[in-house]
Amino acid sequence: MSGIRFENVTKRYAAEGSAVLEEFSLSVSEGQFCVLLGRSGAGKSTALKLVNRLIDATSGRVFVDGRDVRERDPHELRRSTGYVLQRIGLLPHLNVSENVALVPGLLGWPRGRTDKRVEELLTMVGLDPALFGRRMPAELSGGQQQRVGLARALAANPRTLLMDEPFGALDPVTRADLRREVAQIQRRLRLTTIMVTHDVVEAMLLADIIVVLDRGRVVQLGTPKDLWTNPVRGFVERLLAAPREDMRRLEQLLNGPCA
Amino acid sequence: MTGLNEQLAKLPALLAAHVGLTFIALLMGLAVSLPLGVFCSRRPGLGRGIMAAVNVLQTVPSLALLASMVALLSSFGFLPALLALFVYSTLPVLRNTVTGIATVDAEVLEASTALGMSSHQRLLRVELPLAAPVIVAGIRTSAVWVVGTATLSTPVGQPSLGNFIFAGLQTRNVAAVFVGCVSAAVLALAIDAVLSRVEDALKRRKSRLALSWAVSAIAVLMVGSLARLPLATSKETTASGGHPTSSPAGTAPRPSDAVRVGSKAFTEQYVLAAAMAKLLEGAGLTVDRRESLGSSVAFDALRSGEIDLYVDYSGTLWSNVLKRKGAAPPWRVLDETCGALAERFHVRCLGPLGFENAYAFALRADKAKRLGIKTIEDLAHQSTQLSLGTDLEFLDRPEWRSVEHRYTLRFGRVVSFDPAFMYEAVFKNEVDVITAFSSDARIEALGLLVLDDNRRALPPYDAVVLLSASAAEDPRIERALMPLVRQIDVGTMRKASLLVDRTLNKQAPDQAASWLLDSFARRPPPESF
Repeated sequence: MSGIRFENVTKRYAAEGSAVLEEFSLSVSEGQFCVLLGRSGAGKSTALKLVNRLIDATSGRVFVDGRDVRERDPHELRRSTGYVLQRIGLLPHLNVSENVALVPGLLGWPRGRTDKRVEELLTMVGLDPALFGRRMPAELSGGQQQRVGLARALAANPRTLLMDEPFGALDPVTRADLRREVAQIQRRLRLTTIMVTHDVVEAMLLADIIVVLDRGRVVQLGTPKDLWTNPVRGFVERLLAAPREDMRRLEQLLNGPCA
Repeated sequence: MTGLNEQLAKLPALLAAHVGLTFIALLMGLAVSLPLGVFCSRRPGLGRGIMAAVNVLQTVPSLALLASMVALLSSFGFLPALLALFVYSTLPVLRNTVTGIATVDAEVLEASTALGMSSHQRLLRVELPLAAPVIVAGIRTSAVWVVGTATLSTPVGQPSLGNFIFAGLQTRNVAAVFVGCVSAAVLALAIDAVLSRVEDALKRRKSRLALSWAVSAIAVLMVGSLARLPLATSKETTASGGHPTSSPAGTAPRPSDAVRVGSKAFTEQYVLAAAMAKLLEGAGLTVDRRESLGSSVAFDALRSGEIDLYVDYSGTLWSNVLKRKGAAPPWRVLDETCGALAERFHVRCLGPLGFENAYAFALRADKAKRLGIKTIEDLAHQSTQLSLGTDLEFLDRPEWRSVEHRYTLRFGRVVSFDPAFMYEAVFKNEVDVITAFSSDARIEALGLLVLDDNRRALPPYDAVVLLSASAAEDPRIERALMPLVRQIDVGTMRKASLLVDRTLNKQAPDQAASWLLDSFARRPPPESF
């Protein structure tokens, strides 16, 4: 029963308006890495925010670890769910350690336990606690900030991790580094994960399953391999066309007569 | 500069009163506007309405706000001043709280919510800390405003640094004005400087540093407002030590033993208040001076027991309190006025001082001769061609209506002046006629002619010492002040005021009071009275 499950979820922002998400059903099992892929406005972020009740569904139900999220206190639910934002959202008036210690603080952990956990997490995301712990967010690079964002999301040992375009604001090198580390951490901690992205390659590299969304509906659901070899005609095909073309030209360039 | 030391001697007490008033008004303003600002940012619709209302309050001129608080509370001194300043202090803090909260980054707010903060936790841990520099900037603005505006609380009976400014303006005492302005400015700058450190520290996210600056600011203000206490207590101990069984039981409105001596805002009043204070102190009583009160504020303050005594003029009370029209013989005006005051307000006339200070129409003697004007009636014939300069209140007094009506006065132009400037204005031909005060030495000095009130439209204005109900029950006060009764003729009063008003070799009201009291000794005592 653990994991995340959507049952016929529909979300409209206005009563008469069109659905941002329509009859959406999905099951993400424990420890699985699910990527929601699609263009902007496809309903990916809406689906993600339904999990920790930043948004509530118009109809249908969402279950986390077997419990309907609507029956849970939203604050308590959010504290037990890791959440990483694209623009990171570190609190600018708190230093790195204080940012990471936020959720343990809300949960009322004793000081010693929190301090130990903060040190552990900063080390895990590759930041030396002695060096970075007392720095302010403004003194960090984008990649360092998102490492802190990740550590903050994981502070209270959540079983679920939600990431909304977590690498969107980073340069390509940092992006690749952090992506590798996120993959590692996710596997090691067996976190049930949903990530939102519009980057096909990123989705391929990280996901156990990919859900392709278009205009609020699921167009295709499958492993990265399924998608690559058997894309649904139309939208998914077009979505894959650009990376396929990139790859073909890269190969051509490398194997070509002039190489 | 004359009397700088004398002015500086008053500084600790007035500074303490000013700082205390400012501090409490700011604290109250903060206590209301900060939560109100949070409320407004939570309910933007209602918030806009509240902001608009506060904005309107802010556009009320500060002196008008003070005056309306007096009317609203029907009391004088600390309370109305505090309330007006409190109202004044709210807007900047309110506005900056709303702005500060509104400018917190949306992403930071989303992150806070996503981490599981309740709305309350988000406010306390994220929104307010991030808005803090902006809020402190609002507090700075408030503080500077309030320190400045607090000087206006003097005319409603609350001592402040404004005492220097108002009294200095009236008596043309540059030293007093200088001390008042500089000390108010330095106080405002000092508070602003410390708060700017707080703001700066908050901007640099150094909350401990900010806190220590804030604490030091509060400490400085507290010390400032308490500065007077040791002085006051020591005075009180000597006073009560000298008179162990002093104050009669049941005279409630005078908790401390100090006798509160009031004065209106012109030279003669300052000199008389100083003279009375000297006599009371000579009798071993402690005196608390409440100077520069508005003309009708003084009587109302006496009636409600907020001051114990001051000097007023029979015609003023006759027209304004008894609402009598026209004139009557001096003895009748005095008798009926004192009788009515005792009966209606339990206010006691100690007795006339012996001189009159009447409203008198006056113009330059040379001009009067040229225009052939000797009486108010003559004046009326030419009044459409002439301009009238008057003090700030005469046009609103029943005496004016009475004169205007009886002589059919229609001036081409009417200008209100602070009395201190009225004489100069007529002397320099900026106005043709003024409503002078008959005991003012400047009438003679500037060569002005007082017009005869041939139709008796104006009442007599005998100076008389008034005692509040509780002061009237203290025989020591009566005994101390009796030497003044019927002892000051108009010539002596003019000379005493002139010592203060003249440009050369100026003296402070206290010195003039000493001269006045000494003049009794220089003169053979009257046979009897």
